Amino acid sequence: MLAVLFVGFAALLVVTSLMVVLHKNPVTSALFLVLAFCSLAGIYLLLKAEFLGMVQIVVYAGAIMVLFLFVIMYLNLQHDVETGVQIAVRRGIGWLVGALLLLVGATLLGAPAHGGSGWALGPANDELPGVEAGNVASIGRLLYSRYLFPFEITSILLLVAMIGVIVIARGRTRRPDESSRRASEGA
Amino acid sequence: MAALWSIPAVQSATWALVKVLIILHAMLGLVSYLIYAERKICGHIQARTGPNRVGPLGLLQPIADVLKLLFKEEFIPAEANKVIFHIAPILAVFPAIVTFAVIPMGPPPMFVVTDINVGLLLFLAMSSLGVYAITLGGWASNNKYALLGGLRSSAQMISYELAMGLSTIPVLLKSGTLSLVGIVERQAGWYQVGPTPLWLPNWGIFHWYLVLPFVIFLITAFAETNRAPFDLPEAEGELVAGFHTEYSSMKWALFFLGEYMNMIVISSIAVTLFFGGWHGPGLMFGAHGWLSEGPGWMGLVWYLLKLFVLMFFFIWVRWTFPRLRYDQLMGFGWKVLLPAAIVNVLIAAVWLFVRGGM
Amino acid sequence: MIPLSWLIALSAIVFTIGVVGVLVRRNALVIFMSIELMLNAANLAFVAFASHLKSLDGQVFVFFVMTVAAAEVAIGLAIIVHLFRLRETVFVDEIHLLKG
Repeated sequence: MLAVLFVGFAALLVVTSLMVVLHKNPVTSALFLVLAFCSLAGIYLLLKAEFLGMVQIVVYAGAIMVLFLFVIMYLNLQHDVETGVQIAVRRGIGWLVGALLLLVGATLLGAPAHGGSGWALGPANDELPGVEAGNVASIGRLLYSRYLFPFEITSILLLVAMIGVIVIARGRTRRPDESSRRASEGA
Repeated sequence: MAALWSIPAVQSATWALVKVLIILHAMLGLVSYLIYAERKICGHIQARTGPNRVGPLGLLQPIADVLKLLFKEEFIPAEANKVIFHIAPILAVFPAIVTFAVIPMGPPPMFVVTDINVGLLLFLAMSSLGVYAITLGGWASNNKYALLGGLRSSAQMISYELAMGLSTIPVLLKSGTLSLVGIVERQAGWYQVGPTPLWLPNWGIFHWYLVLPFVIFLITAFAETNRAPFDLPEAEGELVAGFHTEYSSMKWALFFLGEYMNMIVISSIAVTLFFGGWHGPGLMFGAHGWLSEGPGWMGLVWYLLKLFVLMFFFIWVRWTFPRLRYDQLMGFGWKVLLPAAIVNVLIAAVWLFVRGGM
Repeated sequence: MIPLSWLIALSAIVFTIGVVGVLVRRNALVIFMSIELMLNAANLAFVAFASHLKSLDGQVFVFFVMTVAAAEVAIGLAIIVHLFRLRETVFVDEIHLLKG
């Protein structure tokens, strides 16, 4: 039952990721990415990480992708036009590199001789230490004890990011003496 | 067939499906009569009667409205993105209905479809997904007024989502669980000052550190559902009709339905978090109070009564206050509500720690 | 019980799709979306191992990755918007003033 659900979500994830990369219209790519995030959230729920699953929808699908959509709509982007031999050559190289990466990954995962484990990494365990106490409580306990320093640093990171975004996106503003002169001229 | 029924998973899945169908149909009916109630109440607030022609007291008005909408011509703008134009109204309704799966309408296990242990987070996740309908609806119409309305409305919704989530944290601190059923169950009994119970139920709102969060939640609820006084994005006077300018007949009806459904969902969550959910006289101490030893139908009655009071309040506020201008709206959300919600979390946490309740 | 190798394989496939997206597409926003795909593939690997090794540290790290990804998306989009204002294009191969 679990395996069936997992295969379903995994197939959805792979198909939507492919559509993100292949589709010409950036808005459609963004919407497929939202669907990919939601299927990933489903996989997290299957792996008993329900807090992460919900936070994935709230943060990724609900905030980050909305930001993407805002920017795409604000810039009024149309279909991507991709013609020309140079672009086709570069695209071919890109797919080749992707296929190579996948091959390397499959080999490393599969063959025991190259350090892999023969596709038999064993089942993911059903019991987690914090499952009885509730996933959220245990993650909270970890966050505030062992990972307290990264937690606080992350909050500073977010503050820096916020300030940086406001400064970058504001664009050029007139200097204060210029604008006051113009205001007194107009008044 | 009997062998299939004996598997407990099949049984619970079937019961859940039955409950889902019942809730779906009940909520759709509730939404249509909510629209009728809004027009009646709006009329009386404005010193007129409201609809009273169709049927006795105008009670068949929603049916007439639905029939009219079904027969209206469907008009799709020429340059619109067809697929997204069709999907956007569905996205308006879908998150609201999904949230009903976790709201306890009566004593469990009969009156709640499923009790997941991150129910409150599911509500926040679905309200985050509700932004897409408006953004995509505005964009897919290929109309600059619709696009502006859509972008403004989604900016408003994501700004107020933060304050809404933060205002539910004191409730979470008090209850110690994200599960909505758990939060309701911890509001059972009488409000205790030390060892002595007062003649006040133990609802969330009667704890002093949850009053301001409730106010913040209510204000952000108005902003999240795009209702007055925060409904500039869909203002009929200012922006043609905002993001649903180009939608006609059933698609517009779906947007409308989504807005009212959102209203019902947020009122339900407010009832669950702050007003004791399905608790009431006769059911104070769990499902087996002095009035019933059964599954607890009184719980459903109390829940619906509290829900109706809150929805009346929503309608009342809409026809009483003037609209906020967009910059006033955004300033209020970011500069007043968000700091207030953060300070609230601090106060509640300190109080609960000092009192030793955690 | 979901075998760990399936999860890692899925993570590898999604990561590769992200890599292909970064290499193949010209639109800066789609490249950014592919980067997000790669980050999510890494998140999936973290959660898979957290579930396999019966420890919650993987999930805590995913929490941090999500936070950093959110900050990165905000700044990256601001840069793209600014770039669009200056160059009127979001295609990365048309922004080649510094090219030799």
